[in-house]
Amino acid sequence: MHVEEKLTPETFPAEPEKATLEGKNKFLGFWFFLGGETVLFASLFATFLALRDSVANGPTAQELFKMPIVFLATMLLLTSSLTSVYAMHHMRNFDFKKMQLWLGITVLLGAGFLALEIYEFTEYVHEGFKFSTSAFSSSFYTLVGTHGGHVAFGLLWILTLMVRNAKRGLNLYNAPKFYVASLYWHFIDVVWVFIFTVVYLMGMVG
Amino acid sequence: MANHTHVQNPKVDVQYRRKKNAEEMKHQIVSFTLMIFLTLIAFFAVGYEGFSAWFSVPFILLLAVVQVIFQLYYFMHMSHKGHELPALFLYGGVVVAFVTIWAFLTVVWI
Amino acid sequence: MSTLARKKGVGAVIWDYLTTVDHKKIAILYLIAGGIFFLLGGLEAMIIRIQLAVPNNDFISAGFYNEVLTMHGTTMIFLAAMPLVFAMMNAVVPIQIGARDVAFPFLNALGFWLFFFGGVFLNLSWFLGGAPDAGWTSYASLSLASPTHGIDFYVLGLQISGFGTLIGGINFLVTIINMRAPGMTYMRMPMFTWATFVTSALILFAFPPLTVGLIFMMMDRLFGGNFFDPALGGNTIIWEHLFWIFGHPEVYILVLPAFGIFSEIFATFSRKRLFGYSSMVFATVLIGFLGFMVWAHHMFTVGMGPIANAIFAVATMAIAVPTGIKIFNWLFTMWGGSIRFTTPMMYAVAFIPSFVIGGVTGVMNATAAADYQYHDSYFVVAHFHYVIVGGVVFALLAGAHYWWPKMFGKMLDEKLGKVTFWLFFIGFHLTFFIQHFLGLMGMPRRVFTFLPGQGFETGNMISTIGAFFMAAGTIVLLANVVITTVKGKRVGNDPWEDGRTLEWAVSSPAPEYNFAQTPLVRGLDAYWIEKMEGKKGLTPAEPLGDIHMPNPSILPFVISLGLFVAAFGFLFHNDHAWGTPVGVVGLLITLGAMFFRSIIDDHGFHIHKEEVMEAEKKGAGA
Repeated sequence: MHVEEKLTPETFPAEPEKATLEGKNKFLGFWFFLGGETVLFASLFATFLALRDSVANGPTAQELFKMPIVFLATMLLLTSSLTSVYAMHHMRNFDFKKMQLWLGITVLLGAGFLALEIYEFTEYVHEGFKFSTSAFSSSFYTLVGTHGGHVAFGLLWILTLMVRNAKRGLNLYNAPKFYVASLYWHFIDVVWVFIFTVVYLMGMVG
Repeated sequence: MANHTHVQNPKVDVQYRRKKNAEEMKHQIVSFTLMIFLTLIAFFAVGYEGFSAWFSVPFILLLAVVQVIFQLYYFMHMSHKGHELPALFLYGGVVVAFVTIWAFLTVVWI
Repeated sequence: MSTLARKKGVGAVIWDYLTTVDHKKIAILYLIAGGIFFLLGGLEAMIIRIQLAVPNNDFISAGFYNEVLTMHGTTMIFLAAMPLVFAMMNAVVPIQIGARDVAFPFLNALGFWLFFFGGVFLNLSWFLGGAPDAGWTSYASLSLASPTHGIDFYVLGLQISGFGTLIGGINFLVTIINMRAPGMTYMRMPMFTWATFVTSALILFAFPPLTVGLIFMMMDRLFGGNFFDPALGGNTIIWEHLFWIFGHPEVYILVLPAFGIFSEIFATFSRKRLFGYSSMVFATVLIGFLGFMVWAHHMFTVGMGPIANAIFAVATMAIAVPTGIKIFNWLFTMWGGSIRFTTPMMYAVAFIPSFVIGGVTGVMNATAAADYQYHDSYFVVAHFHYVIVGGVVFALLAGAHYWWPKMFGKMLDEKLGKVTFWLFFIGFHLTFFIQHFLGLMGMPRRVFTFLPGQGFETGNMISTIGAFFMAAGTIVLLANVVITTVKGKRVGNDPWEDGRTLEWAVSSPAPEYNFAQTPLVRGLDAYWIEKMEGKKGLTPAEPLGDIHMPNPSILPFVISLGLFVAAFGFLFHNDHAWGTPVGVVGLLITLGAMFFRSIIDDHGFHIHKEEVMEAEKKGAGA
């Protein structure tokens, strides 16, 4: 079976992301990469936890963080995780149009999240909470910013995939690419769950 | 692979798979609802004045862990077979992550 | 489309290597680049030893000594040992498991070029204001105070080459899991493949903490961060933890492949199956696991408190157990075997006592209370050189001699090989054994000179003489390489005649597609089994057919070049107006190349059955 062969719902395999050797490799390699990312974010979290009370003369977490914006960002990202599940659901059903649609919604939600984060950061800077203000500020911006960078990269990645494959539809060559991109998106969400819990909520508790 | 075992009657196979996918999607929506619910509780626990930090911090951490398990096992399909090695390496990462955080909370002179 | 057996001009050869995604060619690239950095690191070692030959020497200044010392350690670990290990893995592992290629040929090439540009970037520091001078560990309290850009070169160079290593690690994990030939179960994999597997897992988990540490250091030095600056609440111990959470597994990342290489060599030249194969696998995995639980033994004197010190001391000592299992298994492999003392085997035999000395001093260092005496003295220097030279460098030299015919089709001269061995072996012990005693007598490490009349003169002179022996050995090896390349005779599939694993069943060097037919593996030491049954080749698992190959690509080179340019720009962004624009352009080059990789389909090409048959006929005739 050639990877670019035109497929029908009947010939489309149940797990298109793992139907070719390339797909299997990509699937496994990407999961391993996520294992490494786990350690990367753990190092960032660990440092944040060690430095979160080192505010020098700058503002503290309790003075800075506001619940509404964090809550809104959280809802956007959580929902985008569900919409990308929908996209993968339609991929397995070989419904390319619906997959693109749900991926599009995912991208919009992700972009909304990113916009909120940028707004939030500029607000903090206005309040005198710059990257160089304290050890707490450096570790906060690096942890949350690294996550934001992942979101931005994920958006570009999903968009590129959508545009590149818009005309030719689903096949066994691009199915693993879509699948892996959605895994990446879920992982971003996993990290955010810990960020809103450990950074924001625990920060507001004090 | 499922599509090879049912070559003689692909229509039936497709219908069966569609049904299975739809069923799975239902589970996904249930887990999403639960995740949103857990998030709401976490935000509420922090906003509520009556809880002390001694209660709310471990409580919201627990909620986060539960929510992440939903993400991993439902959204990322780790409950499906063929995910043994991904699970092994993810948990390998989690072990190193845990040890790192433990060290940074205890032996960095704070 | 195939490029089999075609004479090419110099330009075409260079282009071929710039764009190759073939693991065998990437192995050669790693070998050459790693070899050059090894010579550079060796040169730096010689400068150190000349400076320390006599007391109050002024061969080099104190500041320059710091730079040379830092670059010696950094170069040897990151730019020599790591890539040379990767050279061996790339040359051998895919063939050992009966695969035609690695899982991600493109990423394999990307890994190499990232390492290469990272290494070049790091060494540019010599010409652009001074090399890093805070030791290879670059502790934050020292490195934040370093006035030149040296540390920035260290941070950005290692960041780039670190990405390359991480990519390489993931590639080998997936290769070993997904690409094994039919019948090659996990417990039939050669020990070197197992070692590569565990090493790759360690890379996956150990390099992210380094990445994070380097990001923090970059932020602090270049972008106004405060991670390590106590004035604004930072904590210098964080760097130490992150560095060693990476740094200690790194030791095992280097030494496990060394164990793997020796396991192959012991079995081959004892003409016996490796003793206790399953316990070897178990020990390798256990060492890998424990390797993550011991990093703080580098920090006993930091003041973590007695409980933490005790935990890390006990965990460290526990590693001696699986390592001991391995040592005994190697001894029992030789026991009763019909041993041939070839050059690789001599290194293997010499490795056992040398490495055991390093292991024993390791347990001494692990005793937290006693470590307060050893810490920062030449005792530690002696210890880790016994482990890394006596273990890793011996293995790399042994592996180079052992697999040279498989990589280049010609045998290195055995006589010269033995000369190299004896010079290197004697020189090594001469240099480092005495350093144990210098350390116990109180000579501190990382200090550019010592005073007369403190009893250090004789020891240091002996040590320097030993270094010259090692240098002589290296020069003989280089001569050997040149002579072999010019005059060596082509060899057949199995030049050592006792090859046991699959790489000895294919021609030397292996054809582009490795196996005309994917082999069926019927047990451990698959090729040996076939030989014992009187068969010439392997049992094929598939009929002869067209072979699918990946396309070459220049993009890995471009992606890495982009990061190189970006690092260059951001390094100078505080000094020059062009810094930030250049940095952004570099990032755009990288992202653009990644974008092209994403949108251009890469389906590879096929080598046709007829071409394969013709190539096989030629290979068999040679």
